[in-house]
Parts: sequence; C-alpha cells; structure tokens
Amino acid sequence: MPFEIPFVQIVWWAMTACAIGGAIGVVSSNNLFHSALFLVLSLFGVAGYYVLLSAGFLAVVQLMVYIGAIVILVLFAIMFSRRMMKPTEDEMNRQWLVSVIVAAALFSWLIVVVNSVSWPVTSAAPTADTVLQLGLAFLGSYLIPFLVVGVLLSAALIGAIFLAREKVEAEEI
Amino acid sequence: MDWLVDWIASLQIPYLTEPEARFLSHLIFASIIAVAAPGMLIILTWLERKIIGRIQNRIGPNRAGPFGLFQAIADMIKMFTKEDITPANADRVVYNIAPGLAVISSILVFAVIPFVPGFIGADLSVGILYVVAVGGFGTLAILMAGWSSNNKYALLGAFRVVAMLLTYEIPMVMALIIVTMVAGSMSMAQIVEAQSSMWYIFTMPLVFLIFFLAGVAETGRSPFDLIEAESEIIAGFHTEYSGIKFGMFMIGEYVHMLALAFLSAVLFLGGWQIPFIDITQFPGLVSAILGFLSISLKTFLFVFIMMWFRGTLPRFRIDHLQNIGWKFLVPLSLVLLVAVAFVVRLFAPGSSSAVPVVPGALSALGAPGEAVALLAANLLVLAGTVSFVSRMARRSKNRQLRAVAAVEPVPAK
Repeated sequence: MPFEIPFVQIVWWAMTACAIGGAIGVVSSNNLFHSALFLVLSLFGVAGYYVLLSAGFLAVVQLMVYIGAIVILVLFAIMFSRRMMKPTEDEMNRQWLVSVIVAAALFSWLIVVVNSVSWPVTSAAPTADTVLQLGLAFLGSYLIPFLVVGVLLSAALIGAIFLAREKVEAEEI
Repeated sequence: MDWLVDWIASLQIPYLTEPEARFLSHLIFASIIAVAAPGMLIILTWLERKIIGRIQNRIGPNRAGPFGLFQAIADMIKMFTKEDITPANADRVVYNIAPGLAVISSILVFAVIPFVPGFIGADLSVGILYVVAVGGFGTLAILMAGWSSNNKYALLGAFRVVAMLLTYEIPMVMALIIVTMVAGSMSMAQIVEAQSSMWYIFTMPLVFLIFFLAGVAETGRSPFDLIEAESEIIAGFHTEYSGIKFGMFMIGEYVHMLALAFLSAVLFLGGWQIPFIDITQFPGLVSAILGFLSISLKTFLFVFIMMWFRGTLPRFRIDHLQNIGWKFLVPLSLVLLVAVAFVVRLFAPGSSSAVPVVPGALSALGAPGEAVALLAANLLVLAGTVSFVSRMARRSKNRQLRAVAAVEPVPAK
C-alpha cells in the first residue's frame, strides 16, 4: 500500500504534547491549583507512553495512583492550606538562582546519560500476559521486597492514623 | 469486534487495509457508545420519574406524548435553550472543562463492557483496574467544578464528594479484587466466561452487596446524595452551573448509574449469559441479540433497584456515611477478602493455567465444591457481622441509657 496512516506516531506526538506541555504548565502557572491540573495532564501523557509500550498494567496503575489518588490529595492539600479561592503565588522566590543551577545540571546530566546509553531494542514480540508475569514475579522471585513494601505502607498508615486521631478522654472509653 | 473489522476490510475500499479497518471499527464503536450512552438519559429520566411517581402514589409525567414519553425531550430542549451563566469570579477555563470531564469519565467505562459474546470495545487484560482508574477522572471533574465556581457551597459540596468517593472506593476495590481472585482474571470478557456455570451473585452475595452499595455511593445518588443536599449546601458542586453545563453533570450522573448497572450485571450476573442455555452455540446474529437482551434486562434490573432506593430511602448524614464506610464496609470487605482467598486457595486446581500451582487440599471437589464453599464463607462472614454489629449496638444503647440515668434523677416512688 502506498499510504499508511501512522497511528502510533500520531498518538505518540499527542502524548508527548500532553506530557511536555503539562510539565511546562506546572512550572509556569502562577496559580497552584492550575499547576496541579497541569500535573494531571503531564501524568496522563506518561500513561499514554506506557500504553504505546504495551505496558497496560503500568498505564492503568499510573492513572489510578497518580491521577486518582495523589493529585487529588495534592489538590486537597492546596485547598486546605492556602487562601482557598485564589491561591495565586509568584513563581519566583529568593531561591530561583539555586533552582536554575540544579535544574540545568540535572538536565545536562540526563542528556549525557541518554546519549551515552545504546538503547537495545529487541525484535521479539512484547510479552502477552503482562499481568500474569507481574503476579508471578511479585509472589515469586520478588516476594520479600513485596512484603517489605507492604509492611512499610502499613507502618505509614498506622503512623498517620495515630497522628491524626483525636485525643480520647480517659473516662469516655 | 473482529467481524466488524473483517467486514470493513472485505469491502475492498482503496487504502483501507486491516489496520485502518481496525481503527475505523473502533471509531464506529466509540461513536455509537458516545451517542447512545447520553441518549439513554432520555429514557432513564422518564423511567425514574415514572417509577418514583408510582412509589409515591402519583402517576408521574403523563401529558407530553404517549405515557408522557416526550416529557424528557421537552426537558432536554428547555435545558439546551437556558441561559448559560458563568460567575464573574469563576476560573473560566477550569469551570468549562469540568462538565465535559464528568461525562467523559462515565462514558469511558463502557469501553470494557462485553455487551454480547465476542463484542467488547477493548478486552483489556486489566479491565477491572481500568474501571477504577477512569473513575478517578470523575472525582477530579467534581473537584474542579467545585473549586472553579468560586462559591463556598460548591466547594463544600466538592469536599463532601471527594471524602465520600475516597471512602467508598476502598470497599469497591476490595470487592473487585475478590471477583478477580475467583475468576482468575481481570479481563471483563473472561470474568463473564468464568460465570458460565454459576453467577457470582449466588456464590458471593455479600461481596455483591458491598460492591453495589459502594457503587451507588460512587454515583452520588440517593441515599448517598448528601453531596447535593438542598437543605444544607444548596446544590453542592454544581450550584453555579446552569443550562447545558448543568445538563452535562446530569448526563454524567445518569451514565455513571448505567455504567454501574452494566458492571454489576457483568461482574455478578454473568453478563450476556442466559441460565441453562449456552448462547454461543447459536449463529452469530442470534447469539448477539439474545446476549444483548439478557445483559439489558439485568442492567435495567439494577437501574430499577437504584431508582427504588431513591424513591424510598432518606438521605444519610455525613458522619453516618463515613461511619458506614470506614467502620463497617472496609473491615467487612477485608475479612471477606481473606476468607475468599482461603477458599480459592483450598480449591485451586493444579497447573490448569499457564502457571504451575500446587493443587489445593480440596481441589478434587472441583467447581461445584468451590461454589458451595464460597457461599458458606459468605454466609459465615455475614452471620459473624450481624452478631457483632448487634452486640455493639446493644452495648452502645446501654451506655447511652446509663448516661441518661446518671444525669436525670430517679423519680421518687
């Protein structure tokens, strides 16, 4: 066929626009709430990359954990801790110079790393049942790290509940 | 989907080969869903008014058209032509995106619903997780609407919604995990296949109850509609919305309700299956029609139950809502998760799947044994819960009585 619609490329460019545009929006918006919403866009773009890489599980978990939970909590935190309706802030503060240096150093370091690695590409088809493989890995060779993460999360949960619970008077018990 | 792809490819249109045909068939499917799901709003609002009318001993709409069927259309026209107001201090962009996002998040669920045998938008291997993930967009939309309206009642409503959704998402996900464990897959099509011998509502009634309660809470409908309690916070997050943008929130709510009914039918009532008849043995079109009739009937059963709720139950108070969520549904779903995991392991067949598994101790009893054991586990947990809750209730009542007795002097004889 002389003409083929490059679906994958179109989706890739759209997702890249989402990810990078969102990231630029996060740092350039002077409204914190808008920054958080741009973060959603950026993370959505990253989830799109996972879909293109046939990593459906990761993509869905990205949506669920980052957009469904973390960004919502970030929005909550903003709304509770700032002047709620107009949380406008100046983007610059006294530490802008340090931030620029750190960001530039990190960026140049990333460029060096990306350029120095010869990204090996295999021609084999992607693994068919990634969920099954993930499950086997979690409950097989990576069982101990999996359990440790579980214990860590439980500890964080219990700690948060302990900090947040109201002081109960002795006689009420 | 494949027959649609084959059909389009067989038309021999120039430049239309297999990948383009696949793209086109998905486009057609997505367009049908995107039009049909909001279009169901007309039927659902009419149905709701009729049913609630009957429950309240009224007739319901009966003037416009036969049986008042055109009432919903008249309402739609009214909503389309109303003035579209944007508050002066609203955050315009976010304010205008929110209603669309609310509709999109509910429609996205239909991508993984197997309507008839072999026909599903995208048979994701992570179908169940996908449903939970797109639900997050709905929360986001409501939060955006509440914040951008620049109205304190809208913001309070949004807070309530998010607090409620975060609470009820936990039992819902637990119920979904249990279904995943028993079916051995997260793909919607395979969950329907796994119910060919026995529907999960019969083997796991308690799990279904948790799922349905949490699901109704997620739709924000009565009795969980305190997010838009008129007597407290005007209309909640959509206080400032008018005209078609308010209509879009309404579409979002009704489509969400429909999606929940479809999900319940797929996960617990065997989807397109008909008891004692294997409809996949019929030729393609017959099995498709039978399957669609079957799943529609089940779906409307759940829709009716939700409308019944709305017609009969009063609204929860916010603290009651949180108590039911955190102190009742979450522990119950955790206990059930452990119990069902135990049963599933006991009856695990040997290496029937791709994974080599040590057979469970009772695997010789097979699927019927597992079904009975699941039902027994559910009923056991239910009995334990009822006795525990009643004991707690009696204790709390006694404590209150003692407190009253301590304050009030005992009347002299």
